[in-house]
Amino acid sequence: MIRVELVKLLLRPRTWITIALLAALPTLVAILLALTDIAPRPGDGPVLLSQVLGNGRLFPAAALAIVLPIFLPVAVSVVAGESVAGEASQGTLRYLLVRPVGRTHLLVAKLVAVVVFILLAVTVVAVVGYVVGTSLFGSQPLPTVSGRTLSTTEQVLRIVAAMLYVGWSMLGVGAVALFLSTLTDSALQAALGALAVLVSSTVLVTLDAADTLKPYLPTRYWLAFVDFFRDPILWRDIERGFALQAVYVVVLLLCAWAAFATKDVTS
Amino acid sequence: MSAVEPAIRTRGLTKRFGRLTVVDDVALDVRAGDRYGFLGPNGSGKTTTVRMLLGLVHADEGEIEVLGQAMPRRARAVLPEVGALVEGPAAYPHLSAAANLRLLDAAGPAGPRADRRGRVAAALEQVGLGGVGRKPVRAYSLGMRQRLGLAVALMRAPRLLVLDEPTNGLDPQGIREVRELLETLNRQGTTVFLSSHLLAEVEQLCTRIGVVDRGRLVLQDDLATLRRPTGRVVVSSPDSDRVAGLLDGRLHSRTGDRIVVRAADPAALNAELVAAGVRVAGIAAEQRRLEDLVLEVIGAGSDRVDGPVRP
Repeated sequence: MIRVELVKLLLRPRTWITIALLAALPTLVAILLALTDIAPRPGDGPVLLSQVLGNGRLFPAAALAIVLPIFLPVAVSVVAGESVAGEASQGTLRYLLVRPVGRTHLLVAKLVAVVVFILLAVTVVAVVGYVVGTSLFGSQPLPTVSGRTLSTTEQVLRIVAAMLYVGWSMLGVGAVALFLSTLTDSALQAALGALAVLVSSTVLVTLDAADTLKPYLPTRYWLAFVDFFRDPILWRDIERGFALQAVYVVVLLLCAWAAFATKDVTS
Repeated sequence: MSAVEPAIRTRGLTKRFGRLTVVDDVALDVRAGDRYGFLGPNGSGKTTTVRMLLGLVHADEGEIEVLGQAMPRRARAVLPEVGALVEGPAAYPHLSAAANLRLLDAAGPAGPRADRRGRVAAALEQVGLGGVGRKPVRAYSLGMRQRLGLAVALMRAPRLLVLDEPTNGLDPQGIREVRELLETLNRQGTTVFLSSHLLAEVEQLCTRIGVVDRGRLVLQDDLATLRRPTGRVVVSSPDSDRVAGLLDGRLHSRTGDRIVVRAADPAALNAELVAAGVRVAGIAAEQRRLEDLVLEVIGAGSDRVDGPVRP
């Protein structure tokens, strides 16, 4: 079943269109920067972008920062929100279940497909970011945000770590959407529900009055992946972000499992 | 396989959605080898019952046994031997029929992968989609989708077929093809459980029927038993007045040239009439029609809502 889900994911034109669009936005940003040479001032615009003009090797990280706030979570919500609800509205869910595919098994396969989609999207964005960045802005050894120059191995490790951290954050989004996807027969509702959670979280993060809630908001530590490019790496927010997402992922997946295992499939 | 082994048996099967009892204390008894027609008006609980048999919907009360094993507890063992078409066919629209079948085949419990293409081709052949090629299902007509749905049900040569409205969307020729296919499979030992609101379809195919009305099983018997001769004979004659005079006292009813007579043997009655010089246009033992049987035991369909119209 896991193999089948992966085939379904990869055979679908939409998967690749989404990923292409994800990679297109940072590319557009890079082209504009290269043409105009106007970088956002430090502190303005997407994180890290102020520094990429000097060094294209930092662009994979900047590319992730560009798609992270909206574009990537939207894509993940759509894919994960559709996973069960899409099969339900299409009517194929009942045929999978009587085939028979166990409900837990089906949910695990859907989860694996979501994880693969996230990894694929993050990797494509980072790789396209690297190619575009180095060809437009030139390639020098990567300096950290704090100034010291990194060895190539260290650079690669840090970029991979940043990708995994972003992917882990996105799995939190995926878990919300997957849970909602087991509750409704409409893929759209599930995806929009997950986005509603994210938008609420993003609004609250900027609100001083919500200070007590902040450490528990799912988007609170998303941008902590930038800390991988400090020297030494600033682990505090990364660790908290990782743990917070882990709690969200585990709890929501258990909810999804409980909801789906006992559900009356009437679609 | 003994002749009385049950293919489907339920006891006290009950399902409520909120305060509404959709299926109420249903005791199905389908024997292996039956062609069972599950009849009922729209909204009478047929589909919910079918979904419970297949483990899609959980029963609130009661027990279900399919092919001798408890459902949904033994679903993993039972369902591989059951082919199902539930509430219309469904497929991934961007894929071809064969790709859809291969995916579904691969999704379930492992079978010999090497035979997959053969199994898929055979199933498509069986339902008359052998030459459909790589066209995506999106472009299929309603009838083609229905055939694909049947192919899904037939793919693993199941011992039990559970089909919900299998001829929906088919033209008369397609309906006949499906009926012949089901009869052939049944002769080869497949039990057929057919849920339908089409009396004619059930009457032509089935050997045994169950009728549900508002969630309750109101009738379940062999069709041959239900339709046994009534002990009356229907005579049609242009000399109907003379027939009525001749058989006075044995007359049951008369509408125009059609006269119903209380008599056991149509041949003897015919001889009697002919001997009296009465012209007989037609004579046969009266049989009860399924339609009459069913309408006798059920009320109006649940999609009919009577009551005073309020502005």
